[in-house]
Order: sequence, then C-alpha cells, then structure tokens
Amino acid sequence: MNQPVNSADIHKAIVEQQAAQDRKKMMLNGVLLLLLLAAPFIIYPVFLMKILCFALFAVAFNLLFGFTGLLSFGHAAFLATGGYTTGYLLSNYSGLTTEVGIIAGTLTATALGVAFALLSIRRQGIYFAMVTLALAQLVFFFFVQSEFTHGEDGMHGIPRGELFGLINLEDNLNMYYFVLVVFIACYLLVQRIVSSPYGQILKAIKQNEPRAVSLGYNVDRYKVLAFVISAALAGLAGSMKSVVFQLASLNDAHWHMSGEVILMTLVGGMGTLLGPVVGATFVVNIEYQLSQGALRDWVDPILGGIFVLTVLAFRSGIVGELQKFVKKNLG
Amino acid sequence: MSEQYVLETRNLVKEFKGFVAVDDVNLKIRKGDIHALIGPNGAGKTTVFNLLTKFLIPTRGQILYKGEDITSLKSAAIARKGVVRSFQISAVFPHMTALENIRVALQTAEGTSFSFWKSGNSLHKLNQRCMELLDAVGLAEFANTTTIELAYGRKRALELATTLAMEPEILLLDEPTQGMGSEDVDRVVELVRKAADGRTVLMVEHNLSVVSKLCDRITVLAQGAVLTEGDYAAVSADPRVREVYMGSEGSGERGTASSEEAEAAQ
Repeated sequence: MNQPVNSADIHKAIVEQQAAQDRKKMMLNGVLLLLLLAAPFIIYPVFLMKILCFALFAVAFNLLFGFTGLLSFGHAAFLATGGYTTGYLLSNYSGLTTEVGIIAGTLTATALGVAFALLSIRRQGIYFAMVTLALAQLVFFFFVQSEFTHGEDGMHGIPRGELFGLINLEDNLNMYYFVLVVFIACYLLVQRIVSSPYGQILKAIKQNEPRAVSLGYNVDRYKVLAFVISAALAGLAGSMKSVVFQLASLNDAHWHMSGEVILMTLVGGMGTLLGPVVGATFVVNIEYQLSQGALRDWVDPILGGIFVLTVLAFRSGIVGELQKFVKKNLG
Repeated sequence: MSEQYVLETRNLVKEFKGFVAVDDVNLKIRKGDIHALIGPNGAGKTTVFNLLTKFLIPTRGQILYKGEDITSLKSAAIARKGVVRSFQISAVFPHMTALENIRVALQTAEGTSFSFWKSGNSLHKLNQRCMELLDAVGLAEFANTTTIELAYGRKRALELATTLAMEPEILLLDEPTQGMGSEDVDRVVELVRKAADGRTVLMVEHNLSVVSKLCDRITVLAQGAVLTEGDYAAVSADPRVREVYMGSEGSGERGTASSEEAEAAQ
C-alpha cells in the first residue's frame, strides 16, 4: 500500500472516499425507490402501507435509539397520539382535508414529545427507559378513559378523504403513493440529520457523553432535539396509519407497541439507516404469515425467540450483519 | 493580583457520605505554568479535577477562573470558557475517525452544531485545521482511521489534539502518560511541552520523572488535603512527601489509581 505523503493528499483521499460512499448510497436508494414504486402492482397495497407506516415508526425510533443512544420505552404514546388526533379531527370536521388532519396529528405528537423529553432527558440508561415508559402509561390511561377514543372499541370509520381536496384517497393506489412520498421524505430527512453537523454531535454524545460535555457541548439540549424530532416522526407514522386503516385503537398506545418498535429496530439493525425499514418489513411479515397458519397462537413466543436470538447472536441486526459481511468479503 | 492566577480554588471541600475526599484545598495556578498535582492513590487528585470542571459538585468552597467565580457554572459552560480537561481513561469517540474526533471539538465554535438540516459537506471547511492538529501530534496518516483501531498511545495523542482544538486557555490533563510504554511517555512529554506553549497546564501525574521534566510547580495532595507546594527540588526534598509515598506505594511507581477511577465513575 502506498502511504500518501502529505496531509493535503490524505484529506483529498478522504473526501473522495466519502463521495464514493455517497454515490453508492444514492444508487441503493434508487434501486429501492424503483422497487417501492412497482410494488403495489404485485403486492396488496394496504399491506405495503402497513409496512411503510411501521417502517417510518421504526426509522423515527432509531434516530433516538440507534443514533443518539437513548432507549425510549414509550414511543407508542407518540404513535397513538398522532393517530387519535388525526382520527378525531377527520371524523368530526368534515371540512378538513386529509393533510391538515395529518399535520395536526404530527404537531400534537411533537408537543407531547417536548413534554416527555423535558421530563426524562436528564436520566440515564435504564432510568430514562423507565421514565418514558411511565409517561407513556399515563398517556395510555388517558386514552382508555377518554370518550372520544371509544376506549376498547377503538375509533372506527375514519374517512380517508381527499388530499388537498383533490386526490381521492379512498383509492388504494392513490393512498399508497401518498404514504410512499411521506415515507421517502422522512427517510431522506433522517439520512440528512444523521450526516449533518448536528448528526456528528449526536454521534459524539452517543459514543462518549462525558467527553462531549468536556468539549463544551450542552448535551441535554442535543438530546432533547433528537427526542422531539423522533417523536414528531413517530406521530406522523401514527397519523398516516390511522388514515390508511381508517382506525385508531388502543393497540397503538399499549406498551406492547413500544416493545415492538424496539424489536423491529434491533432485528433490522440499530444505528443503520435501512435497518429499521428491513426490521419493520420482517416483523410485519412474520406476524402476518404466522397469523394465517396453524401457529397463530404462537406469534408472541416466536417473536420473543427472534428477539433473544438477535440480542445474543446477531447484535448488529440483519442490515448490520450484512454490512459486516460485505466489508469483510468484498473489500 | 488575581490576574496572575488563571485558576484558583478557595477552601474547596467535597464530602461523600461520611468521607471527606477533598478537604479545604486552596490551589493557585499561575498563568503559563505547568502545574502538577501529585499524591498517592486516593489522595483526591481526580476528585479535584472533577470539581474544577464540575463533573462533581463541590460541597463547599469557591472556584475562580481569571478572578471570576465559576463555582455555579455547568461543565459545558466551563469548557467553552477555555478550561478544557482530558480524562484518565482515554477519552475519544471510538467509532469516529481521527479527523472526525477533532472536528467535533472544532464544531463547538462553528455555531452550526444544531443545524440538522445542513449537509455534512458543510464541515469540510474545518478539515484543513483538523489535519494541522493531527499533523502536530504525528497522526496525519491516521486521519481516516476509525479511532478504536488506533494503538493506545495514539489514542492519547488524539485526545490531546482534540483538547487543543478547543484552544483552551488552561488545559487539565488527568494522567496523560498512564498505562504507556517508555517511548510513548517521551512522546507525550514532548507533546505536552509543545501544547503548554502560551497556555497554562494543570496535570495529575503519577510518573515523577515526567513531573520533574515538565512541571514548574507541584502541589502534593494527601488524604484530600494539600500537604505541600513548591518546585520539584523543594517538594522532593520534603520528608513528609517521602513519607506519604513510602507509606503507601513507593515513589515513582505508577499505580492503577483504581480507587480514584471508582470515584470518578460515580
């Protein structure tokens, strides 16, 4: 190997290498985009939309868990708040177009995210997880008790309506492409955040928080921002989901849901961009396949087994292990 | 009068439950000095460091920086004022490259560290300065190496370069040569000497030969209190200093300072 001679050369090599990586990323994104554009002609669009909504939820969660190092055990609260708010508005105010309902749902979840973040961010590790869980349980009980959620029955028949008052979303294909656009926008946003100047600080905080403090960073503020963005995107996922299924139910607020998004992220590969998307696809598929067959009563134990296996043997998840494999064998 | 001293503590006390770790310490760090804080294991050296940078909250007493009371400031704010510390255990960002490690420090002054919408390429303009700093510690060729893959001595050098990127007015080094072979120690001594040019350095150090080579002034701590202070000749001639060292582990030995690490970890 030729060692470059001076620092300018080394620097040039680094920049070029990064550009090459960016190009590879773009190509991968392009291929995935083509697949997603074609997918509804092969697979039932509602099923695809379910995957996309959960994938968005997991991507949001991973921004906090994988890229900031904060394990929230209360993300169901944001998913449900987005869903219920959007559902309530679209069901009761027929003058509202769909996107207004979705934006309102997202903003409500964002506001809740601010409250959660301010109450929990100073705690570390397991204590942080416990505070977020406790807060999410409060939100759950609020939804159980509230009239407008119809408690255990759930909120049914939410109208999909018309996007911008123009595009009829009752049509599954229209709905699918709307979900896809939102998903891609959010995915690219997270990709941008992770590589931004702010993303560098998040990385630093995750890897060595005391050091980041000693370099003059007020780490709590950076964590709060990551938490709020994550909550906002999770809320958006919930809003989209309630429009897709025309349903908002207590399932989304239950702590099971907070656990499921952790599972999706871990199985797919935490701290990778694509990991949560793959993980959500995997988990939604397994749940669907199993619920169709003789093993339908065994869904939870099987998912539990996968979880244990991932944590013990495949720490980096599907995407993380693949990345390692490619790095090792293909250069 | 206080202008002469960059950093000063007044009657600094830190009590843990039923145990006084730092007992009424009055330090005066003169501008431009390399000042060593030495003492046997458990003397409270690292605790003093943690108090100075507010990683621990003092029970009583005052900390003054250039005559200004900074006792109530938070760690990050103290760092931004120019009091920057290193850690006993090598403090790097392990999964970032050497260049990125330094860039994180440079970003403090950039004002874009909350800009989550900006392209990462906007940071390229800092790279040249990063390369200069890496070059200064002999790490230029490792700019694109993930830090976890660097040898221990190089990690410490990287840490020092990162600290210097903050342009600190006073550098607090917690055992910069801990766990190093003799060649690495010599390199670090040279690096610290270079780094101290135009700055003030306060360092905790177990290796007395390093202290004798580098330091203008030495404070000896024993059981949380200042035992004596002076230059190397005066301190090493002091029979009480010999006694506390011989009484515990013998002079010049580099201990593991495990009790202090445990303290620091709290």
